Amino acid sequence: MLRVQGFPNRLGVRGWVGGGRWGMERYLYTLHRLTGLGLLAYFLLHIVVTASRALGEGAWARAMDTVSGGVFKVGEYLVFAAFAFHAANGIRLVLVELGFGVGRPIEPVYPYKTSLDAQRSLAIGALAAGAALAILGAVELLVLR
Amino acid sequence: MSDATAKEILYRIRRFEPTRDRAPRWQAFTIPRVPGMTVLDGLWTIKQTQDASLAWRSSCRMGICGSCGMLINGRARLACNTQVSEIDAAVIVVAPLPNFDIIRDLVPDLSPMFDAHAALMPYLIRDDAREQERPTGEFSQSPQELERYLQFSYCIKCGCCMAACPTYATDPVYSGPMPLAQAQRYNADGRDGGFLRRRAVLGGERGPWRCHFAGECSRVCPKGVDPAKAIQLMKRDLVWDYIRLRKEQCPAAVMSKPKAGTRRPDIPEPPPRTV
Ligand code: SF4
Ligand code: SF4
Ligand code: FES
Repeated sequence: MLRVQGFPNRLGVRGWVGGGRWGMERYLYTLHRLTGLGLLAYFLLHIVVTASRALGEGAWARAMDTVSGGVFKVGEYLVFAAFAFHAANGIRLVLVELGFGVGRPIEPVYPYKTSLDAQRSLAIGALAAGAALAILGAVELLVLR
Repeated sequence: MSDATAKEILYRIRRFEPTRDRAPRWQAFTIPRVPGMTVLDGLWTIKQTQDASLAWRSSCRMGICGSCGMLINGRARLACNTQVSEIDAAVIVVAPLPNFDIIRDLVPDLSPMFDAHAALMPYLIRDDAREQERPTGEFSQSPQELERYLQFSYCIKCGCCMAACPTYATDPVYSGPMPLAQAQRYNADGRDGGFLRRRAVLGGERGPWRCHFAGECSRVCPKGVDPAKAIQLMKRDLVWDYIRLRKEQCPAAVMSKPKAGTRRPDIPEPPPRTV
């Protein structure tokens, strides 16, 4: 086969963001990745902070002092909200990726109905569950505590 | 919305001439607006009246051959299947399909897609090669069995889904929606016995596991193939297979012809054979 050297045109991370015309599942996909990376960053920070205990009680107390300020409280809540979304959307993805809720193959008749339409209620349910969890977390972390 | 009463329409086209340009550039063309014109018609008008060097691929002009996939106002679609009047903007912006190298102007290099397609063995795999070469009859298939793959068989290999997929945008190892949907088209075909051979590719890093159902492939597919659905059904099959719950498919046998019978008097004899 004839091979030519073309001009590279792969979108890279720009392809995650897309334009303003993409559908809901595209945004959920991007948000799922971003919250996943956020949770990973939190875990790394968490390891660093708890590791300070190995340096003695004083170091531990200083570390706890540093992370107990108002900014960290809001940051902690954002981590929880990211967890709430990631968990709820993750359950939707597990179901969908096991073929549940996407419907059976059908004869394509225009205007096409796709698996996205078939699983839309699942996506809305997952968002609602994530939002409910995030609101409960806000009450617990930011109001009651 | 583009103004349907306007006499002219503006095209902005991403150009790239490898022997001259170091990077793609934009060029504008104003052409007469004709009722019922497609984006492809506009490209032809530009080529015939303003710049004969403009390059793209097209053939059938009716959404059948899959040659004219382009990025039109930010969305991957077929130029021949897109009316200028349905574009919600005053300017028609045309660029080559992203995620593929640009050979020239609007011509993408689709060979990575076809390589991935070929690697997934998109044909019936059976032990009885002789029967396939010299058929003695038809392989049996019920209408219900046909429905399990028919939707996926409408693919015209235009590559629009590959250009829209955010996973393929960052990951050249991923086979992408078109090849995977075609692998599922054959895996789901009752006449096929090639699941285990395709599994060798599908179970690895080129398989469906990098897809996380962003669904763009299904949203842009001009033929309603719904590759996202095919990929999720494929994942289910692979998981069922992994936990040993997948029912092995025996490739459908050749249907036996009716042996004896009396012809109904109201059915005429067939015409004599000509070859
Ligand atoms: S699945 Fe649809 S968008 Fe993708 S190549 Fe086939 S016809 Fe084109
Ligand atoms: S559903 Fe999968 S293959 Fe289709 S666009 Fe999304 S990530 Fe890509
Ligand atoms: S020219 Fe054949 S699909 Fe557009």
